[in-house]
Amino acid sequence: MNLLATLTDIKIPAPEIQWAALTPMFILIGASFVLMILAVLTPMGRRRGAYAMYTCVASGAAAIVSLCLWFNVKAHGARTLVSGALTLDGFSVFFSFLICSAVFVSALLIDDYLRREDLEGCEIYVLMMCAAVGGLVLASANDLIVLFVGLEVLSIALYVMAAMHARRATSQEAAIKYFVLGGFSSAFLLYGIALTYGGTGSTNLVRISTFLQSNFSKHPQIIVAGLGLMLVGFGFKVAAAPFHAWAPDVYQGAPSPVSGFMASAAKAAAFAGLLRVYVMVFPTMANDWRPAVWGLAVLTVVVGSFLAIVQTDVKRMLAYSSISHAGFILIGLQANSADGTSGSMFYLLSYTFMVLGSFGCITLIGRTGDDAHSLDDYRGLAKQRPVLAFVFSVFLFAQAGVPLTSGFIAKFGVLSAAVKTHSYAIAIIAMLAAVVGAFLYLRIVVMMYVANTEGEARTVETAGRVAIPVTAGIGIGICFMFTLAVGFAPDWALNFARDAVPVLVASK
Amino acid sequence: MLATTLLKASETTASHGGQVPFPILTVLVLLPLAGAIVVAFTPSRRPENARMVGLLFSVATAALSIYVMVNFKAGQGMQFVTKHAWISRFGISWHLGIDGISLFMIVLSGILFPIAMLGSKPHHDPKPYTAWLLVLQAGVLGAFCSLDLFLFFVCFEIVLVPMYFLIGGWGYANRQYATMKFFIYTMAGSAMMLIGTIATAVISAKGAKVTFDLVEIATKGNIATVTGRWLFLSFALAFAVKVPLFPLHTWLPDAHTEAPTAGSVILAGVMLKLGTYGFIRFGLYLFPRAAVYFAPALVTLGVVGIIYGAIVATMQKDLKRLVAYSSVAHLGFIVLGTFALTTQGIEGGILQMVNHGVSTGALFLMVGMISERRHAREISQLKGLQKSAPIMAGVFTLVMLSSIGVPGLNGFVGEFLILIGSFTTRRWYTVVATVGVILAALYLLWAYQRVFHGEPDEANKKFKELTLHEGLVLAPLLGLIVFMGIYPKPVLDRIEPDVKQLIEHVQANSNYHQPSTSAGEAAAP
Repeated sequence: MNLLATLTDIKIPAPEIQWAALTPMFILIGASFVLMILAVLTPMGRRRGAYAMYTCVASGAAAIVSLCLWFNVKAHGARTLVSGALTLDGFSVFFSFLICSAVFVSALLIDDYLRREDLEGCEIYVLMMCAAVGGLVLASANDLIVLFVGLEVLSIALYVMAAMHARRATSQEAAIKYFVLGGFSSAFLLYGIALTYGGTGSTNLVRISTFLQSNFSKHPQIIVAGLGLMLVGFGFKVAAAPFHAWAPDVYQGAPSPVSGFMASAAKAAAFAGLLRVYVMVFPTMANDWRPAVWGLAVLTVVVGSFLAIVQTDVKRMLAYSSISHAGFILIGLQANSADGTSGSMFYLLSYTFMVLGSFGCITLIGRTGDDAHSLDDYRGLAKQRPVLAFVFSVFLFAQAGVPLTSGFIAKFGVLSAAVKTHSYAIAIIAMLAAVVGAFLYLRIVVMMYVANTEGEARTVETAGRVAIPVTAGIGIGICFMFTLAVGFAPDWALNFARDAVPVLVASK
Repeated sequence: MLATTLLKASETTASHGGQVPFPILTVLVLLPLAGAIVVAFTPSRRPENARMVGLLFSVATAALSIYVMVNFKAGQGMQFVTKHAWISRFGISWHLGIDGISLFMIVLSGILFPIAMLGSKPHHDPKPYTAWLLVLQAGVLGAFCSLDLFLFFVCFEIVLVPMYFLIGGWGYANRQYATMKFFIYTMAGSAMMLIGTIATAVISAKGAKVTFDLVEIATKGNIATVTGRWLFLSFALAFAVKVPLFPLHTWLPDAHTEAPTAGSVILAGVMLKLGTYGFIRFGLYLFPRAAVYFAPALVTLGVVGIIYGAIVATMQKDLKRLVAYSSVAHLGFIVLGTFALTTQGIEGGILQMVNHGVSTGALFLMVGMISERRHAREISQLKGLQKSAPIMAGVFTLVMLSSIGVPGLNGFVGEFLILIGSFTTRRWYTVVATVGVILAALYLLWAYQRVFHGEPDEANKKFKELTLHEGLVLAPLLGLIVFMGIYPKPVLDRIEPDVKQLIEHVQANSNYHQPSTSAGEAAAP
């Protein structure tokens, strides 16, 4: 009796969840569970188009809800959810929108890929939506543990996605490599989190930040070590040199649309975590981490650009180029300013569409079997498929940073952030690396447009006409429109990124 | 002085030009772009339609550019100014306007494009060819009109893309190498300019709102001397590659030689001028102190280019390569005139930009016609063409003499002004540069002699005479060559007031003073 009274007296504080704010996550996770059940109930293999459509609807809805949340955040301000585990701020909504869009476009690209390769449907969509939920959690995490959980959900789904092409040995190999190295990097990250917890006494980002602002830590080296290890962990995930070695193999081996998804959504999500933790929580330790990020950024742009030019496999080339883009995004981080952060975010936004479009084109040109990825397979493509060649060239020029594309504005944004903080050296190094990198993109364009088709064994003509199915066409078209539209009139996207800089919100 | 006038102009006519009731420069820049899009959507089955539509758009652009020239009032600073916010997040605006310095660049880009389009036919795929040419036209017009650092950079850089495709898609045998070299070289040059552009805007803002407005930044003139030098260098590198100045010129012969005829005409006629124009507008005007500081070095490089280009041109076996190297020499003259920092020098430089565009454009067209007929550009394979094509030989003589700078033709006026302009401030450079004039006579006359004189062999006997169509295409250029040689006054009258103001601006912002001996009238010879 006494016991019962005591028990009823204890008030367990139920966390205030704010379900509405979690809608994008619920839509995606719900959709993926329902899809799994639906797939069992429908006849095998004949419903591929429906799965893609279903994924598009789900991710589209999630993206629209994210936009609604954007206005909600604008009206009511940022706040924490689930008793301080997650944050709802412009930053999380920005990435939620970005990741959902990436899922939308990827689903369009995957649909055709599955038909062509005669693979089973639903699992890849289920995994992609799970990965997206992981990304969403990662981007809105307000606690290092939650962040880690998000990252793992994202990563594990991606390991399986990389292995999705069951009949290609390289696909399996890529998955194993990714899994081993990914696990390794997670360990680094976790150890970093543990040390940070040891140094600050909390895993909650807000509490860590308050602690650092109000206390003089007796053991700053523990926190510095934690920060370093976390940087290594994130460095693996975003493929920053010298932790980039997995990326070329995995991008090359994974199914082409999955490589696109990895380079866009997964990279964006990992950067979201990196930006939020470093810029928002540890600005007081900037003197410690900025030099490290500086070195990482320089090494990444240089390694990415220089190694890219000796490749002959287009997927590998884009993997290296993706590494060098990570370097550019790190430049925004090392500026450690609002301009730098929004520059990086804008970069991620525009890069997402550029790289999805590029891998979309690669998917089509790779043809049945997904192995026509050598430079020679692009020879003379412009004659056979002028529009596809033109669109792919636009993506490549955008990645090279040619004006009037989103890629140029993105580079401009991070570089001006670097210049504003007087980091001239890194800006100059990055620009020189960009010129070296331009060589890589031009090599592909030259192959499509300039190279002679006579006397070559493997040309586009002998390999048969590249098929352009409607869904993939729409997906690539969206990316193309975005790349050019933002290139010509970037103001709205820039303001979107500016207003989405992460903020610290103390939980109530 | 100039700056205040400019600022006033940009404030009072915030939306469009004072003289014409619509934003004419915006239309001028966007019309070719619209043309390119229209051309891209014409049906592929009738490629000649694409060519017609493209021509229509470029003729309309040319007409607009002439309309601008007619409505231009000499000595009123920036005119037809249009200013709209473009990327407000970074303080970038769509800011266009022209003065006497850019006016004739606009006209040149306006008229040279339809001529280049008419003067040579692509061997295949006329549709994308025409579209790329129109994109190129929009790009160069934008660069010459823009009064915003960012906008200028965008246009300066974007022209590489159409040119890349023109050389790569319709060029000669070695085009793959040439087009790659061209793109990477010029992009590397402008890479530093991008950082320079950002740094200029950020540093001159001094913590306030960043703006990329050229006039505003130049008016403030608050960039420290040493910083200004570095920034100037970052711009100068890009321009030096584009011009091209002596050690950075190696992309040019390859690009020129491998480009299709229209590509060479535009490359030499208009695109190289982006460099020399940039030196005036974004070198002298934006960084007067640094420009004065680096003037000796640039003049030296210019003079080296004159002599080097001329000597190398003499040795060429390929007619097109010869003309390409002659461009290096001619552009050296323009740089000499610009950094002589005298009214006549700069005026002559600007005039020479137009002259070089007209003469070298015509030369490239004619070399294109010759190689179309003979499928060879090697001087050794051409012989005695005068016998089979006397009219063509006559036209070629006229164009060649204009390029040499014979009195009575346009080339003379420009070179003469440059030489008197630079003589007052850089006497010995001028003496050396004069040797370049003699060398120009040497390489061109010698080439003419080998190609047109003598007895034609079998292959050259059947050489076709200049057709009426070709004659009509060349006619406007020939007319300009003679007209500007005899009566350059209308051109100089429009250039001079703005050049004087530019010199005043340089003097006001640096310790430089133009020697009084040359401060008098820049009389037309």
